[in-house]
Amino acid sequence: MSQGLDGPRPEARETPEGRRSPQGIRLDPKNGAEHEPRRTVISALVQHEPGVLSKVSGLVSRRQFNIESLTVGSTTNPETARITLVIEESTPGIRQVETQLEKLLPVISVRELNNDAVRRELVVLKVHGEKPDEVHAITEMYGGTILDAGPRTISVEITGDEQKIDDAIDAFAQFDIREIARTGQTALARGEEWTTHAEEERYERTTTVPNE
Amino acid sequence: MSDHVSTVHTDEQTTTTTTTSSTAPADAESEGDSDAPTVTNGAEAVVAALRNAGVEHLFGVQGGAIMPVYDALYAERGLTHVTMAHEQGAAHAADAYGQLTGEPGVCMATSGPGATNLTTGLADADMDSDPVIALTGQVPTGLVGHDAFQETDTVGVTRPVTKSNYFADDSETVGDVVGEAYALAREGRPGPTLVDLPKDVTNGETDSVPGDPTLPEYHDIPQTAEGSAVEEAARALSGATRPLILSGGGVVKGNASEELREFALEHRIPVVTTMPGIGSFPEDHELALEWAGMHGTGYANMAISHCDCLLAIGTRFDDRLTGGIETFAPEAEIIHVDIDPSEISKNVHADYPLVGDAARVIEQLQAAMGEEPSAHQWREQCQTWKEAYPMTYATPEDEPLKPQFVVEAMDELTPDDAIVTTGVGQHQMWAAQYWTYTRPNAWISSHGLGTMGYGLPAAIGAKVAAPDRDVVCFDGDGSLLMTIEELSVAVREGLDITVIVLNNEAIGMVRQWQDAFFGQRRMASEYPWGPDFATLAEAFGAKGFTVREYENVPDTLEAAREYDGPSVVDAFIDPEENVYPMVSSGGNNAEFALSEDQL
Repeated sequence: MSQGLDGPRPEARETPEGRRSPQGIRLDPKNGAEHEPRRTVISALVQHEPGVLSKVSGLVSRRQFNIESLTVGSTTNPETARITLVIEESTPGIRQVETQLEKLLPVISVRELNNDAVRRELVVLKVHGEKPDEVHAITEMYGGTILDAGPRTISVEITGDEQKIDDAIDAFAQFDIREIARTGQTALARGEEWTTHAEEERYERTTTVPNE
Repeated sequence: MSDHVSTVHTDEQTTTTTTTSSTAPADAESEGDSDAPTVTNGAEAVVAALRNAGVEHLFGVQGGAIMPVYDALYAERGLTHVTMAHEQGAAHAADAYGQLTGEPGVCMATSGPGATNLTTGLADADMDSDPVIALTGQVPTGLVGHDAFQETDTVGVTRPVTKSNYFADDSETVGDVVGEAYALAREGRPGPTLVDLPKDVTNGETDSVPGDPTLPEYHDIPQTAEGSAVEEAARALSGATRPLILSGGGVVKGNASEELREFALEHRIPVVTTMPGIGSFPEDHELALEWAGMHGTGYANMAISHCDCLLAIGTRFDDRLTGGIETFAPEAEIIHVDIDPSEISKNVHADYPLVGDAARVIEQLQAAMGEEPSAHQWREQCQTWKEAYPMTYATPEDEPLKPQFVVEAMDELTPDDAIVTTGVGQHQMWAAQYWTYTRPNAWISSHGLGTMGYGLPAAIGAKVAAPDRDVVCFDGDGSLLMTIEELSVAVREGLDITVIVLNNEAIGMVRQWQDAFFGQRRMASEYPWGPDFATLAEAFGAKGFTVREYENVPDTLEAAREYDGPSVVDAFIDPEENVYPMVSSGGNNAEFALSEDQL
């Protein structure tokens, strides 16, 4: 028989009245409201080596980060690649994505980009070919390119920000979209600002001014 | 290009030669003709890397794909290999060894089942931030991906449970990869790393001697926190009227117990610990409130619920500590000291994040502290809670032996520096609650992963790391049954450890939950079919004891302790005894139950 321990029962105790939000933030006037999720772009410069994409995507799924897209591509340095993630998280969640990514050994540098970052996405759409003139007109409207045109199908490429791509897809829907492939967003910081700190450091360390 | 590479290696060889010959003169003498380390293949490079790192012991199990590495160990007198009965045991032994020495414990296994058996131990080390390096054999690179005999994607399987892992694909660099994995396992926040070693890589010819363990250049860890942040935190702590320190496992791993003790004493701030932080502050000190969380003391949980400023050091705010986030220290400003930036505001928002090494940041805080907080009333309140919620237990004549008594009796028999290891379950909680821990690294347990069976192999690793200290393993009957095969290792190695089975013929923590939350439906939790552990111990060649009565407990424990070699005491305890206090899962820490009817 287990008697348990002596002491005042739970209901006889004084318990504090304060509370925290589900994110662990103390709810008091100074701290403000709970964090709402927002969509943002994270850029990561990584070692260009086998397994790096698997490490990043494994982390995203293991930590249940809410991810919209992930793109990867090489850089001018053969040893590095850039991964661009679009995520929708609260501010603490975004900090988690950054700090957890930074812990991965092949990840060199991580940054959340500002709202004014230059971002692009590419979509390839394949629509039915019955109305080539109209397809051509819509393609022109979105500054796109016709990649392939035949009697039955027309394939079109549109590049732009996420909103433009969404709008274009809506516009092409009238031709009955047979297939679609989107790349996901890729992005760089605007102007002279460096996308990640490692690139700035590397640039300063390695750049020699030629022909001067 | 190849010229350049070989020049680099020559430089490293020179450095290595110098250090090796100065630290290991015996080797140099016995070799006679040459004191420069040389290697002929990848496996020897692996062993050379371990030697460079100062490794003395390895725990492992042989197997096909790892044979070249074992062959390279054959002639290596500086490294002692402890053959374990099961790879999980090797990982746990390395884990305990790593905690006690502060250097990565090394475990080895072959490919396939060897590697998957290691995985539980690596996950355990990952959750508890213990420094471990695993070396696993792998099928030859040409067969990788072809589902060869004993092939498992070890790097894929262990990726989520290691700090980092490596597929070594080149004999020339395999030694340096092992060196990097070793360095990474111990630096910053420790953790397990793994190097997968294909057989053709370890067999492959190379004369490339690895250099000293080095980390990638971009991977630097801040040691001290930003000055202005420290000052703000110190101001908040000085201004608090209900200040509390929460000392986590990071204080133990960061060797910051001394700094913490001085800081707490000087500013007279009460201290609670997490379970991994047990011993980071002496539990017999008047400022100590022992450990908080699901089965922590009532006074620790009251203090953590009512404090207005919490200095939390080296803790990840595990759910077993916090209970429901909404009610965790709900009125406290939190100063969070951690060496891992990703722990800041992961589970609980940090008002004052201080990223850095625990000892260094405590020193910074010490320098920045103004007046000690005016917390006279608060300290009195904490004392009142200590008196209101005593960790006492009754020993009625008509009831079987109480486990708490066994724990306390063994504590009395052993010196202060004795090491306690445990499995996972009720016995673990009693061992944590009723043993008085007064120094760091006296408590070695499986916290985050909660791995039943951790205790015995951990005791083996602990005894190898600290042969002069008493090592006591508290285990449950269900928990011990999971790794009892390692007793053969303790016998073979003549390790003087004492295993105390708190035997309630059940996996008691599950039984306790079934009684409280599942209408007493004791599905698959009762173990009346378990072995006679005393006889089983004798069969292994260890000394076995059985005890059921209070009056026999001290003598039996003393006889077991006195026995020069591994001994097992099967202590039959009250099968209905439960662990209290208890905060229900996700509940309010201040509403801990003291008995089942309060849950």
